Amino acid sequence: MRIVVPLKTVPDLVEEIEFTGEGTGIDREYLKFVLNEWDDQALEEALCVKEAAGGEVVVVGLADDPDIEQVLYTAVAKGADRAVRISGGGESTHARSALLAAYLSGSPADLIITGVQAADDLDGQLPPMLAARLGLPHAGVVIAIEAGDGSVTVRQEFAGGRSAELTVTLPAVIGVQAARQTPRYAPITKIRQVMQAGGIEDVTVAAQSGGHGLTIRRMYSPERTAHAQMLDGGADAVADKIIELLRSRGLVKG
Amino acid sequence: MANDILVLAEHSGGQLSDSTYELLGKARELARSTGGKAEVAVFGPADLAGQLGAADTVVWVDHPALAGYVPEAYEKALAHVLAQRSPRLLLLSNATIGLDLGAALSVLWDAPLAAYAVDLIVEDGTPVATCQVLGGKVLAEVALDADRAIATVVGGSFGQAAGQADGTAQVVPVAPPASLDEARMSVRRVIEPEAGDVDITTADLLVSVGRGIGSRDDIELVQELADALDAPLSASRPVTDSGWLPKSRQVGKSGLKVKPKAYLAFGISGAPEHLEGMRDAELIIACNTDAGSPIFEIAHYGTTADLFDLVPALTERLSG
Repeated sequence: MRIVVPLKTVPDLVEEIEFTGEGTGIDREYLKFVLNEWDDQALEEALCVKEAAGGEVVVVGLADDPDIEQVLYTAVAKGADRAVRISGGGESTHARSALLAAYLSGSPADLIITGVQAADDLDGQLPPMLAARLGLPHAGVVIAIEAGDGSVTVRQEFAGGRSAELTVTLPAVIGVQAARQTPRYAPITKIRQVMQAGGIEDVTVAAQSGGHGLTIRRMYSPERTAHAQMLDGGADAVADKIIELLRSRGLVKG
Repeated sequence: MANDILVLAEHSGGQLSDSTYELLGKARELARSTGGKAEVAVFGPADLAGQLGAADTVVWVDHPALAGYVPEAYEKALAHVLAQRSPRLLLLSNATIGLDLGAALSVLWDAPLAAYAVDLIVEDGTPVATCQVLGGKVLAEVALDADRAIATVVGGSFGQAAGQADGTAQVVPVAPPASLDEARMSVRRVIEPEAGDVDITTADLLVSVGRGIGSRDDIELVQELADALDAPLSASRPVTDSGWLPKSRQVGKSGLKVKPKAYLAFGISGAPEHLEGMRDAELIIACNTDAGSPIFEIAHYGTTADLFDLVPALTERLSG
């Protein structure tokens, strides 16, 4: 089974966000980029599927994503078999999905597993868009994938703790919310070895335009309409104040 | 038609979701501005029109493949309804069903999608969405000026009352598309939440722990405080995903909605998905070392004290 895992990098959420001069985009120049956290979960689940059912895991990134090489090498260090870097990029999911669909049309996969969402996918999430472009079935918010014969059984999660098991005929696209286990760790020494060995395959694809059709008027940091009253002092002073707050509402006896 | 606002109904066991009413209420308001109708698409055998009196029209598609939610079948049925009704704007929840369908229909129906919307207005006939980006750290104001568009709306962004108003909707049955007779996807079983654990939705006081706790071994520290307060221990998603606490303790969009008299949050930064589940608590006290955490925007009281100092200090005062 050939499992393809598209990976993307997103701005690190702990960073201060700055906006472009026109105020319609995020200034990416000084931001640190990290692997999209749901893609990290998707990669883990893909590696678990491979370990259970065999096959090959191919991680795919877009060349224009900042720090994508590091992410691809780390994925190989974790157990991915191959890493592919597609030329081009695009900040919208429409553009990304067009490039990935073009690649996958030429190199078909049995199973495409990727993060259910990303922190910056304003124009929509990748897995359903990719599935729609490829004409494949899709399920998202998945927390477990079990490979069968020509199909997979996935567990799809809903609000309130409900979930459903779906059987999906392959090929298919699955959007992962969380892997069955915490994503594995790749030691730095292993990542360095992989980087030294190189071996990212560069691919160029011809993709149709992937415009998202939205008119972004402005981007801004939300105004703080309200803010918590911050409790001053050390842990002891704060603890006294919290106990007092709870006691005044009858939530602490005595 | 071209000025209508269409909402997809989400339902299970004959019950419509809260989000359906939230979206329908907003659809009515937007439809008044566009001069169109508020329409609701209902899939499956359940006769829900009586609960959707606030709509002008209920578009009903039934087929054996639509007996429960199946992403593929819903996608085909909704694409069919969109082709027949040609609304100006489709509203979906930004939860599992909307996450499945919104981006797919953006391609299939060739309509721009504004995801993670928290507000919607109509300006001179054009829908304008305000959307969360980067986990709510940024807001984007987006004009949907194409002739058709989709918005997926974050739960709790709008009230339900307008969507629950009395009235009588005209029911328009739509014949199912032939493509529903073939399926590449089926439901094997539906899993209801585990019962038997404590019910965090009925507690007056909740002690809640997030990613900031760092490790399974340190959960015990917060559990001791919860015990001293005689309160259940709840958690944000990273903690239950790691298996440190059972899923039945998860507060948030994919967990449970809680409304206690007081909610103590330790090491929870306040991702939008978490805030959706607890923002209605009467008193929120948050402890997080990052003063810029979104949790402080909805908390009543906050502290940047280290939870590893504060939690034992609290426990000590209660046990002393």
